[in-house]
Amino acid sequence: MSEIASPSRRSFLGKSAGAAAGLMFGFHIPFDAVAQEAIAPEINAWVVVKPDDTIVIRIARSEMGQGTLTGLAQLVSEELDADWSKVTTEYPTPGQQLARNRVWGSFSTGGSRGVRESHEYVRKGGAAARMMLVQAAANQWNVPVTECVAEKSVITHKPSGRKLTYGAVSDAAGKLQAPTDIKLKDPKDWKLAGKRLARLDTVDKTTGKQVYGMDLKLPDMLNAAIKDCPVLGGKVKSFDAKAIANKPGVKKVLQVGDSAVAVVADTWWRARTALDALPIEWDKGANASISQADVNKTLKEGLDASDAVAGNSAGDIKAGLSGAARKIEAVYSYPHQNHATMEVMNATAKWTPERCEVWTPTQNGEAALAAVSEAAGLPQNKCEVYKLHLGGGFGRRGATHDWAQQAVLIAKEMPGTPIKLIWTREEDMLHGRYHPITQCKMTAGLDEKGELKSLHMRISGQSILAALFPQAVKDGKDAAVFQGLNPPGPEASFTYGVPNLLIDHAMRNPPVIPGFWRGVNLNQNTVYVESFIDEIAHATKQDPLALRRKLLKDNPKALAVLNAVADKAGYSKPLKKGVYRGLAQCMGFGSYVAACAEVSVSKDGKLKIHRIVAATDPGHAVNPQQIEAQVEGSFVYGLSAALYGECTLKDGQMEQTNFDTYNVLKMDEMPKVETIVMPSGGFWGGVGEPTIAVAAPAVLNAIFAATGKRIRDLPLKNHSLKA
Amino acid sequence: MKLNVNGQVHEFEAEEDTPLLWVLREQLGLTGTKYGCGIAQCGACTVHIDGEPTRSCVRPVSTVDAKSKIVTIEGLSKDDSHPVQKAWAALDVPQCGFCQSGMIMAASALLKQKPHPTDADIDAAMTNICRCGTYNRVRKAIHVVAKGGDVKSAGLNIVEGSKA
Repeated sequence: MSEIASPSRRSFLGKSAGAAAGLMFGFHIPFDAVAQEAIAPEINAWVVVKPDDTIVIRIARSEMGQGTLTGLAQLVSEELDADWSKVTTEYPTPGQQLARNRVWGSFSTGGSRGVRESHEYVRKGGAAARMMLVQAAANQWNVPVTECVAEKSVITHKPSGRKLTYGAVSDAAGKLQAPTDIKLKDPKDWKLAGKRLARLDTVDKTTGKQVYGMDLKLPDMLNAAIKDCPVLGGKVKSFDAKAIANKPGVKKVLQVGDSAVAVVADTWWRARTALDALPIEWDKGANASISQADVNKTLKEGLDASDAVAGNSAGDIKAGLSGAARKIEAVYSYPHQNHATMEVMNATAKWTPERCEVWTPTQNGEAALAAVSEAAGLPQNKCEVYKLHLGGGFGRRGATHDWAQQAVLIAKEMPGTPIKLIWTREEDMLHGRYHPITQCKMTAGLDEKGELKSLHMRISGQSILAALFPQAVKDGKDAAVFQGLNPPGPEASFTYGVPNLLIDHAMRNPPVIPGFWRGVNLNQNTVYVESFIDEIAHATKQDPLALRRKLLKDNPKALAVLNAVADKAGYSKPLKKGVYRGLAQCMGFGSYVAACAEVSVSKDGKLKIHRIVAATDPGHAVNPQQIEAQVEGSFVYGLSAALYGECTLKDGQMEQTNFDTYNVLKMDEMPKVETIVMPSGGFWGGVGEPTIAVAAPAVLNAIFAATGKRIRDLPLKNHSLKA
Repeated sequence: MKLNVNGQVHEFEAEEDTPLLWVLREQLGLTGTKYGCGIAQCGACTVHIDGEPTRSCVRPVSTVDAKSKIVTIEGLSKDDSHPVQKAWAALDVPQCGFCQSGMIMAASALLKQKPHPTDADIDAAMTNICRCGTYNRVRKAIHVVAKGGDVKSAGLNIVEGSKA
């Protein structure tokens, strides 16, 4: 270990003097933590060690169930050589991030990026803190730092056997200059990272103590319920506030923006009850006559349109298809879906002319701060956002913060009073940021031996970027549309080798605001590709596994997960009578995944999914038991979509309004899941999303094997599987 | 109005048709019980009324007898020591955790009625919605409780913090 100079210039990772005080909030109780943090010595932006040896690791990304909080803490603690039993975590606030010049990197929590995007700098944060703690001990003993080692939060001077705990030297360590030459451990030497550690945030979720956004209580707080025009894009024409003025608890009735009306009352139930009784007239606008058939028709037209933009191409598709001995064609579709987080959208806002504060569950605190600032009419440094625990995110709570802006607009009308806005489930269903809708035409050209030589994949449909980040659309191309279909690369590439290839997109945007929905475009793209590969296999009388193996021969990582699944599923052995298999594989969010589903379909058409075997190669596995939890959970999300997930427009309004019309997978339909975690090293992939994409196609292919019925339009609830 | 919640009698004011859920959350400040759908579909609001698992979001407070014993997640045990809570923690069942109060209340009611439930019993009793997808660990945790807290029987091999 190299010598660390003192005293500090406090340059490493943008450390600043006032940093530890005031703005940092604890994970569970955002109000009591202030005084405590003010005295806690900060080693660097990532690590605080208290005198009692408690370690506080700062987590920039949001925990929403996916386990990133524990995984990131494991990575920091690994390099810190921390005593894991003393490790706690906290979120830095977006305001502090702003004041400290984005010292924590990105706050954005989506795209399965929590670990894979930040592992290097968070580990460096832990390693630097360890070096400073060890140096502080060496200084105290007046010995060379090379004679000192750290293990489980204890520094030992090897020659003399003297020991100091991290807490005993943290104050001195925090005053040292941060090291610049930081060497990270080889993953094979990990003791905490890579292990099946229990999560840090479980117990409070079993006792009711965990505070979610919806549970926040502030002194003198009032509650708000809101109704946005149910017709997408519509506006408020008028409302009769007097009609509900005498309802119990009502404090205020107000218009929010140009499209919504809110009622503020002492309790939320009273606000909601009064709002339901409020006469509102809507100006339904241009979308009032649009229904699902109109949207579908527009997308269908795009399947053969000439305005498509290519995302991946190889060889000569025109010649390949025109010279093919045999052509196979199929058209697929994938609907709009709502995220349906268990906790509906909510935010608490307090506004004064000088300052605006918002407490909300968010996947991106920085984006939330920017949205709050815009709605508050105050610069960002006069605003603050306190991230509260998320009752599910799945992409709904990251890219836009429409609900938080509504809360601010309401609070602005009642300066100084904290207003907690909670949506109803109905509001949540009618004003989502929906999974984009697309259709796809697949055309394959086979040679005389039946080999796949040419493939044209035409996607027609919605672009998320065009709606949310239009500046990211270059030359009419939304690159995110091609998730899982890209040329070879580290993120989400097309895995099969096909000599003549064209994958293109005709953008068709219905008047429905899309969003990043867990798994994003990998979901439907994998349904299209993996269903069609299965169709080619059956049309050419090849075994679906054998065909995939052949097409993946130049892609060893993709082949490896497929083979692992086939082995564990016992693919070469027959299943018990009436049970059939389906396969799917893909590459997305930096990881390679495959699945084998086993299903049976009764004579009267009832589907039973018995088992899914799934393999993931995420490069490095930080917490395998949490990866297993993510994979199991991803099948619930993916199978809910495959079986039931659909939001349809009628007269400009979503038809599904609650879980009675938007069914999701429950316990009795949940298959057994066997997860293979097989990190091959050398890269970092995500785990929260990739396996969602293989859920639906594996099951669809198994249904075909069982019934001979090829389902090309999801969800399954719209089809009969009767013999 | 009066309610007996977690062994304590509470007095409060509310309209008669206010759902029990919102009285618990707002008038009594017990926010461990969650709002998920408001139409008894998701089970996030499950509490026990005289031992019966009840979806409190559709239960008008005026229909609950003041003498009925209501138990919420906060009152399930004094020190987080209910066997269901312990099994849930040992298997890291929750992901986001929002549905888990309801899951735990439904599971504890089931286990009281049937200390050794079959998978079919679990399917029938546990109709709560979890969007993160914890169903398989929920099932495992219920079996762990049925086996007297034998965590190893679940085969998950999770390392506790103190042993890391």
